[in-house]
Amino acid sequence: MRMSDFVIRDAIVPELKANTKEGVIREMVESLRAAGAFKNADPEDIVKAILKRELLGSTGIGRGVAIPHTKHNSVDRLVGTVALSRPGVPFDSLDGEPVHVFVLLISPQDRPGDHLRALENVSRSLRDDGFVRSLRQATTREAVWALLDDQDQQPH
Amino acid sequence: MSGDTLRSTVTIQNPQGFHMRPASAFAQLASKYQSSVRVQKQDQVVNGKSPLELMVLGAEQGSQLTLEVSGPDAREALNALLALVASPEFNETTEPPSPAQG
Repeated sequence: MRMSDFVIRDAIVPELKANTKEGVIREMVESLRAAGAFKNADPEDIVKAILKRELLGSTGIGRGVAIPHTKHNSVDRLVGTVALSRPGVPFDSLDGEPVHVFVLLISPQDRPGDHLRALENVSRSLRDDGFVRSLRQATTREAVWALLDDQDQQPH
Repeated sequence: MSGDTLRSTVTIQNPQGFHMRPASAFAQLASKYQSSVRVQKQDQVVNGKSPLELMVLGAEQGSQLTLEVSGPDAREALNALLALVASPEFNETTEPPSPAQG
């Protein structure tokens, strides 16, 4: 469950337009939809599920990163994307800071193991300040993808 | 830091494992105390006050974790964390916890 296994490269958003929590989530879901990540899904339903999860507790876990996620029956394997915000977006983070790096995860309904392993790998990468710093400087989809791929090769 | 160092082993009951919701709850509670909180799974030891670090453990249901709490409020902190880890809300279940707790 390395990031380059489940992140849909074409859905990476190197420069978010949105500056609100809901806006960011919509923009990331739309990016995944446009990249063909969902079959027969109502993207609105996916957005609602992600926002519902946020109500249980922000996925803005501090240090300028957030990992919004949901389970949904529109995917048959775990998919995700990465989005960056230069100015930062208020996200009710645990440390009160705005978020610059978003990793969205959408998993199938009944695969808690896959979700946990994806969280494990995403967390391992995001706790690396050097990696997060490099991500925040990336300005293109290709640059972000190269960083993810590179990070996956590192021993941790 | 003065005070005790206390250790206890727990088993993750949550069918979804130690995912973000329980990890955030654990980290937020641990952060309320002065004592340091370390969580060990096999040969990995992480800072229990950081949700990211806790999620790196990728602890599935049935995993054993050792909590090590050190500082002036260690007893209080450990008791609170043990209560949290045993709670139905933490484990997202209505079942009472199994007897196999450290």
